[in-house]
Amino acid sequence: MKRLMSGNAALGEAAILSGCTCYFGYPITPQNELTEYMAKRMPEAGGVFIQSESEIAAINMVLGASVAGARAMTSSSSPGISLKQEGISYLAADELPAVIVNMVRGGPGMGNISPAQSDYLQATRGGGHGDYRTIVLAPSSVQELADIVPVAFDLADAYRNPVIILGDGMLGQMMEPVDFSNIKKIKDYPKDYILTGADNRPSRMVRSLLFDTKEEEEHNWKLYRKFQRIENSEVRFETFLIDDAEIVVVAYGIAARIAKGAIKRLRQDNIRAGLLRPITLWPFPSKKIKEIAKYITDFFVFEMSTGQMIDDVRLALEGKGHISFYGRPGGVIPTPIELARIVSRHYFQTQKVRKQ
Amino acid sequence: MKKIYTRPASMKDAHFHYCPGCGHGIINRLITEVIDEMGLRGKAICVAPAGCGMLVYNYFDIDTLESAHGRGAAVATGIKRVRPDNLVFSYQGDGDLAAIGTAEGFHAANRGELITVIFVNNGVYGMTGGQMAPTTLRQQVTTTTPSGRNPVSAGHPVRVCEVFSVLDGTSYLERVAVNSPSGIRKTKKAIAKAFEHQLNRTGFSLVEILSPCPTSWKMSPIEAFRWIDDVMVKQFPLGVIKEIKC
Ligand SMILES: Cc1ncc(C[n+]2csc(CCOP(=O)(O)OP(=O)(O)O)c2C)c(N)n1
Ligand code: SF4
Ligand SMILES: [Mg+2]
Repeated sequence: MKRLMSGNAALGEAAILSGCTCYFGYPITPQNELTEYMAKRMPEAGGVFIQSESEIAAINMVLGASVAGARAMTSSSSPGISLKQEGISYLAADELPAVIVNMVRGGPGMGNISPAQSDYLQATRGGGHGDYRTIVLAPSSVQELADIVPVAFDLADAYRNPVIILGDGMLGQMMEPVDFSNIKKIKDYPKDYILTGADNRPSRMVRSLLFDTKEEEEHNWKLYRKFQRIENSEVRFETFLIDDAEIVVVAYGIAARIAKGAIKRLRQDNIRAGLLRPITLWPFPSKKIKEIAKYITDFFVFEMSTGQMIDDVRLALEGKGHISFYGRPGGVIPTPIELARIVSRHYFQTQKVRKQ
Repeated sequence: MKKIYTRPASMKDAHFHYCPGCGHGIINRLITEVIDEMGLRGKAICVAPAGCGMLVYNYFDIDTLESAHGRGAAVATGIKRVRPDNLVFSYQGDGDLAAIGTAEGFHAANRGELITVIFVNNGVYGMTGGQMAPTTLRQQVTTTTPSGRNPVSAGHPVRVCEVFSVLDGTSYLERVAVNSPSGIRKTKKAIAKAFEHQLNRTGFSLVEILSPCPTSWKMSPIEAFRWIDDVMVKQFPLGVIKEIKC
């Protein structure tokens, strides 16, 4: 049965169905519906809800709950995510699973409370200090948001690493019908590292301080090998009408949804455009881009920022192909018509150049 | 032959890294003695700080997590909420609890989290080389108050127990000192009492321990022990600051 829910509330319900028993959060728009949903639902489900004193406290409560063996989650929006970076770095260093939601808003600084994609670099480059990565999942509908939550928890447990769900104010606040029946039984992950009290077993310690530089170096390489495994096996993306395309739009999250609308219009005008939508922003679908570049040379990156993912597209192309960009930062929501107009102008200009 | 003194079972067979005359070693030992005597080794979970107490996991033979600087009370909160039947305590210095971790400590106390904070007040940042702490006394010389702490620009020494005592979530707050045999005995009792409060689910408990740091104070161990009695206790009076019947 489908229920009409906001993305934030759907995310909360999906988390509970995915076995999340601890939620810690601090109010910030545009993700308050999630915190409020958890305040009501978590106690009903027998879990833990705390409205923390800050985002710093929330992420550290997540760390505590995780090291105690629970599936734990926190959520925030851009300014609050900056505060969580300390804790995210420790989670990665301690190899503890956790799910962190960022419903991105316009920035930098206080910015505004409108949807944006300006935290891409922060999310995909680690975000906090040290040599680490977080898995970043970017759904583009309320249904996909609900579907991706169990994936986020499974990836976090499988790799013992923080996972970020990167949404935006629009995805969090819009209401769509959503079906939770895709969420299957929770997988069991043996956790031999958690702290339960050293009852009839040797004591355990979880730490990130390694004074011995050799040990710290080895720990870094160990994490690196894990990140390589993730890069090799966890890339997710969606393609739309790229088989016969002459131009590929690369967009993620809500921008990809806008791009789909634009592509449908372009197709009506006989412009053969297609879409590549990265679902994992890290690991990034670089191989897929390289593969596409063998037969399509025209790439059009569209983001609700001044251009952050474009760096990854550039890196993937390694100088091959041609990249154009259209961005609307600051919380502005572009329309499919607007994007179609821009892409079509670009298309005819490059055609002219090609003919000359 | 009867053995009358030995290493507590909850303590690993390791050498302390602490400086000669440091209070941390005494406090580490007292905690493990209490854990042994209360039969809590299989239940105890410790949250270690950033500070000279950071390496307690090299000495405590119990489950231990090292937290980020100042976040001990928030991390302990997360652990305790998942494992309400465990004994969960954080071990924190004065910089850790009363400067960078003020918000986390204060609000854990205010929520009445059923955790215990072992709060080591040595009036300085020992680990980073003896800088001013929130508990540094007025006129006390440290590496960042070279002409003595001037309250006009650097503020006043914080009395953590007294501040926490007005929070309704706290149930047991005591200030002790480990500079004498009787003080050490009182400290051990206070730790046991705080753990009892936690296990009886009465409320948040904290033991503030005045602890010598001869290295940063630039004193001999004996001078440091005396300085606690002669100077430090005037700002930080010893005794039970708050106790709710448990
Ligand atoms: C975020 C952060 N800032 C600063 C430090 C450096 N640091 C480590 S311990 C410490 C102070 C410790 O002082 P205190 O809590 O009083 O413990 P003591 O060493 O005196 O026992 C500082 C500033 C750090 N580890 N993390
Ligand atoms: S610096 Fe001070 S607190 Fe740190 S180990 Fe030495 S004496 Fe102890
Ligand atoms: Mg100190």
